Amino acid sequence: MGGRTCTQFPGSAVKIELLFWEGCPSYPEARGLLDEALAEHGIDAEVEMREVFTDEEAEELRFPGSPTIRIDGRDVDPRGAEARPALTCRIYHLADGRVSPIPSREQIEEALSR
Amino acid sequence: MTIALSQTVPSFDLPGVDGRSHSLDDYADAELLVLVQSCNHCPYVQAWEGRMKAIQADYADRGVRLVAFNSNDTTRYPEDSLDEMRKRAEGQGFNFDYLQDEDQSLARAFGSERTPEVFVFDRDRRLRYHGAIDDNRDEHQASQHYLRDALDALLADEEPPVTQTPPVGCTVKWRS
Repeated sequence: MGGRTCTQFPGSAVKIELLFWEGCPSYPEARGLLDEALAEHGIDAEVEMREVFTDEEAEELRFPGSPTIRIDGRDVDPRGAEARPALTCRIYHLADGRVSPIPSREQIEEALSR
Repeated sequence: MTIALSQTVPSFDLPGVDGRSHSLDDYADAELLVLVQSCNHCPYVQAWEGRMKAIQADYADRGVRLVAFNSNDTTRYPEDSLDEMRKRAEGQGFNFDYLQDEDQSLARAFGSERTPEVFVFDRDRRLRYHGAIDDNRDEHQASQHYLRDALDALLADEEPPVTQTPPVGCTVKWRS
């Protein structure tokens, strides 16, 4: 049997957080991508949008930049999650080597299937 | 308040990643001067850096000089220090000057908001185009090449087809 996926357990209580900082314009696009992935996989989950306002909050939440998406507490890009907490735009490295201010659809889907 | 079209370029004298100071007078021979509010740590800048290099390479022989400058607060964003700028320029093979505006005076004079944000000055050093490099951070999806179009028009003594666009990117990190 393969790894557990949310698709295999529709309606399962998966917790999804999208942490963002208003100073970076990419979070609405990331939210759109996340919503698409959830719809595609038939996952009916609430996405908690959490705004980070201060350096202190960024430190406390271990917020490596905006946007940060956590699924059941796990970052969709574990490598980038270790970056210094800051009010900044987060850097995502895509599979083809390009840099992006949002994770790829594949990164989100992979995180949903963990 | 952002510098208006037709206004003249503010004077500057800033340290570069090459260890030298660079003033406005150093670019006196340039037909067109492209100043880019930039930085190290922003993914939007990193996504557009390749196009900045390509534009400098493609237009150098027509007298265009592209100069990037970084005004971010290095206390809160140490990734934008002059040392880190030097590493970035070397690592990415920048073919343009990269200057540090540590006291943020140039960014204030421009009224910059984002990185990257482009300011194109003509032979009289008057602002003729301000805004984004093109319309998509993904090079393969860009369809409106604002900066290239502005350079082509100005080099042909014509008005740029688009003179202002909203810059898209990270905010300039002002000192508190």
